[in-house]
Amino acid sequence: MPPDLRPANGTGEPGWAGGLRKLYNSVVDEPLPDSFKDLLKKLDDSDDA
Amino acid sequence: MPDRIQGSPEDESFRKELLTVLPHLRAFARGLSGRSDFADDLVQEAAIKAWTARERYQAGTNMRAWTFAILRNHYLSELRRSRRQTDLDEGAVERMLVMDADQEGPLHLGDMEAALQKLAPERREAVLLVGASGFSYEEAAEIACCPIGTMKSRVARARADLARMLDGEAVAVEVKKRRAG
Repeated sequence: MPPDLRPANGTGEPGWAGGLRKLYNSVVDEPLPDSFKDLLKKLDDSDDA
Repeated sequence: MPDRIQGSPEDESFRKELLTVLPHLRAFARGLSGRSDFADDLVQEAAIKAWTARERYQAGTNMRAWTFAILRNHYLSELRRSRRQTDLDEGAVERMLVMDADQEGPLHLGDMEAALQKLAPERREAVLLVGASGFSYEEAAEIACCPIGTMKSRVARARADLARMLDGEAVAVEVKKRRAG
């Protein structure tokens, strides 16, 4: 089996594929930074533009 | 909320749905750009664009796909406008490539991130949409404005590239090539 199709740890997928999702989910799971607190206000303000 | 004017029920529903996709937009933007500050700016600007275009959104359809397409288009126009380049950490890539080929340890997220940023932009986008965000090929093709066959091909190439960079045997090959070069 070519290296890119080799399952890792018996999960049926290469190790990096889980790593990619883990990387993505690590950002999804982060609390929104403070800079986002004003977003609602910006949304309202954008109506006035 | 007392500090803002209550909109129509449709607007409130849209706003609520928009806020729920923000974490996903952040993850997509971070993966695309490789820079957290730039990514957060992109997300906020894309959210505002989505809000101002909310009348074009059909309630009950895929808010995530719709906003991802807005973010993607905004990202591309920002790149064209400012020629801003991602800050690829060459050192991190180098460290990744010289990892022991027999290393069985867990894959570090930093290595994954560096490998992702080393992909060609259209392949990075493709594997983020399908491999990380969980979109179907059809949805991803729609977001990236390309035929579905092109999307499948980009994802396959991105996967092969990542495997080559991150799988132990391929890492050894890369190291040998570098040493030979």
